[in-house]
Amino acid sequence: MAIEIPRVPLGDWIEDGLNWLTSEYSIVTRAISRVTQTGIDGLNDALMWLPDWSLLVIIAALCWWLASVRLAIGAMAGLALIWNLDLWDPMIETLTLVVIATLVAVVIALPVGIAAALSERLYKTIMPVLDFMQTMPAFVYLIPAIPFFGIGSVSAIFATVIFSMPPAIRFTTLGIRQVPVELVEAADAYGATRGQKLLKVQLPMSLPTVMAGINQTIMLALSMVVIAAMIGADGLGSEVWRAIQRLRPGDGFEAGIAVVILAMLLDRLTQSLRKQRKS
Amino acid sequence: MSDNRSVKIRVRQLSKVFGNQPKKALELRDQGLKRPEILDRTGQTLGLSDINFDVYEGELLVIMGLSGSGKSTLIRCLNRLIEPSEGEIVIDGENIPSLKERELLECRRRHFSMVFQNFALFPHRTVRQNAEFGLEIRGVDPAERRQTAASALKQVGLAGWEDAYPNQLSGGMQQRVGLARALANDASVLLMDEAFSALDPLIRGDMQQELLELQHRMKKTTVFITHDLDEALSIGDRIVLLKDGEVVQIGTPEEILTQPADDYVRRFIEGVDKSRILRAESAMRKVRSTVRDTDGPRTALRKMRDHGLDAIYILDRERRLIGLIDADAASQALEEGKQRVTDVMTQDFRKVVREEPLHNLFAMFHENRFPIAVVDENQVLQGVVVKGAVLDELAQAGER
Repeated sequence: MAIEIPRVPLGDWIEDGLNWLTSEYSIVTRAISRVTQTGIDGLNDALMWLPDWSLLVIIAALCWWLASVRLAIGAMAGLALIWNLDLWDPMIETLTLVVIATLVAVVIALPVGIAAALSERLYKTIMPVLDFMQTMPAFVYLIPAIPFFGIGSVSAIFATVIFSMPPAIRFTTLGIRQVPVELVEAADAYGATRGQKLLKVQLPMSLPTVMAGINQTIMLALSMVVIAAMIGADGLGSEVWRAIQRLRPGDGFEAGIAVVILAMLLDRLTQSLRKQRKS
Repeated sequence: MSDNRSVKIRVRQLSKVFGNQPKKALELRDQGLKRPEILDRTGQTLGLSDINFDVYEGELLVIMGLSGSGKSTLIRCLNRLIEPSEGEIVIDGENIPSLKERELLECRRRHFSMVFQNFALFPHRTVRQNAEFGLEIRGVDPAERRQTAASALKQVGLAGWEDAYPNQLSGGMQQRVGLARALANDASVLLMDEAFSALDPLIRGDMQQELLELQHRMKKTTVFITHDLDEALSIGDRIVLLKDGEVVQIGTPEEILTQPADDYVRRFIEGVDKSRILRAESAMRKVRSTVRDTDGPRTALRKMRDHGLDAIYILDRERRLIGLIDADAASQALEEGKQRVTDVMTQDFRKVVREEPLHNLFAMFHENRFPIAVVDENQVLQGVVVKGAVLDELAQAGER
């Protein structure tokens, strides 16, 4: 004998909530949308305005300065290949989205991470939220982004920020919590205020870990920005998306390889930044 | 002797309970329960219980105990790195447990410098920046703190290392930086938490000596934590002995060694070098001859000749020791026509009480050519100790 258990209308609740949010806070979302779009366009135009070769040289020089000659040569070769495949403009669009999404994510993540490191209660509240954010399939974020911000790059940034922020928060928290107890005690013993303790001891000592978190955030942002092509984000992702729709594996792999090159470049660059800090 | 010195820190009825129900634990404590029972019944750990002691101005007080005795908790209660559960800690009239957060910061800045077991240097700061830390926190201007830090580093023998990073230094040097950081701060009390325990024995001995010299020079009130009895005995003016969060005995090293408060202390000091336990009286010999303060140099010279002595002690009517005259001084006085031995007597000799540990006598022999006089509490001469006698006594003690 089956007992009738009513289905929990979880989906309805979420949709009601989202609808309420979109209708009540449309002023806010529209404002965010406008600011973000301006940022994206500005950065995109600036990068596009530069002649292709000069951007290539700038990036290579940056690699040389921050890391090694090897990375500089690798970067030149990789970027030249992208240019040669006619994927330069989509690559710039993707880079723009990654840079903006990472900036937003880091600006939110640092204070949250610091707060979570200093307050046990906030830590306990925020960790499950982060788990949720990270394990929820990335595509799902794309859906509410559309009613909030419409189809396009702003929605892509929104979904990307949510998806890529957790590691930056986690690593910031971890970095600060990893500062040896004795050093925190030393700061306390000499009468440091909370602010002094944070600025003079905890933050400088956790910087390598925080940088590792930012590196992770950049990588996640890149992967998400590509997926966000499904809701109309420009860039390499849309090249891949188009290739899927037209069943052209060659084009798909070309764009995919361009993503890999960009990813490696960003990864090595941020890692070298981190190593420099350490030594 | 210490009683007429002014009290710098007064600790009264200090207790610390680790756990969320300190009241309950303390109630049980007041009913006479001990640490393990309280832990069983309430799940609370009684870290410190009813601690009372004073730290005198300018003294080096050692708090010693084995691990788990509560010594680290105690030192951290002094500057409230650990919040005490009850009791008072008064420094210059301020009761530390009742200070507000802002006042506490002020109090820490003004009164406490701290040196840590594992140095606790900031790895991202240079040696100088580490030494400047306390001053920086207090908002001292850069030029002044640079100067103060430089002189503190010079005091600990690290001039020239200002721009190095801590990980480029050996353990001993790192702890010197820790010490410089504390000295530069010029707080009124120096807290040292097992400061030398992480150093190897040779460096450790050096550091102890240097601390003693510094302390002697600067008269800085110091609270020093250690688990090592030898260290406690060799540097402490007084020792507070802790066991299971309670004070077992407070006293000078000699008092602890010669009048242990209970079996625990007695067992504790068993392992100590015999020379620290044996007292001066055990190696003491009868004085062959003395002179009175009313005698003249001629009498003194004759007595020295009769008994084959280089020098002779001078006593007053009650046989109290008031000085010493040696043969050279006596014959010179005779030539100059001085009437009394007291006119030319010297105080340049050491005298000790009967209870003085033999260990302390070695250094005295080193610095002085005369035998050591042994007196009682009324300064009445009891006997003398000569170098050979000390060694004989120790040899016999080894056989016993």
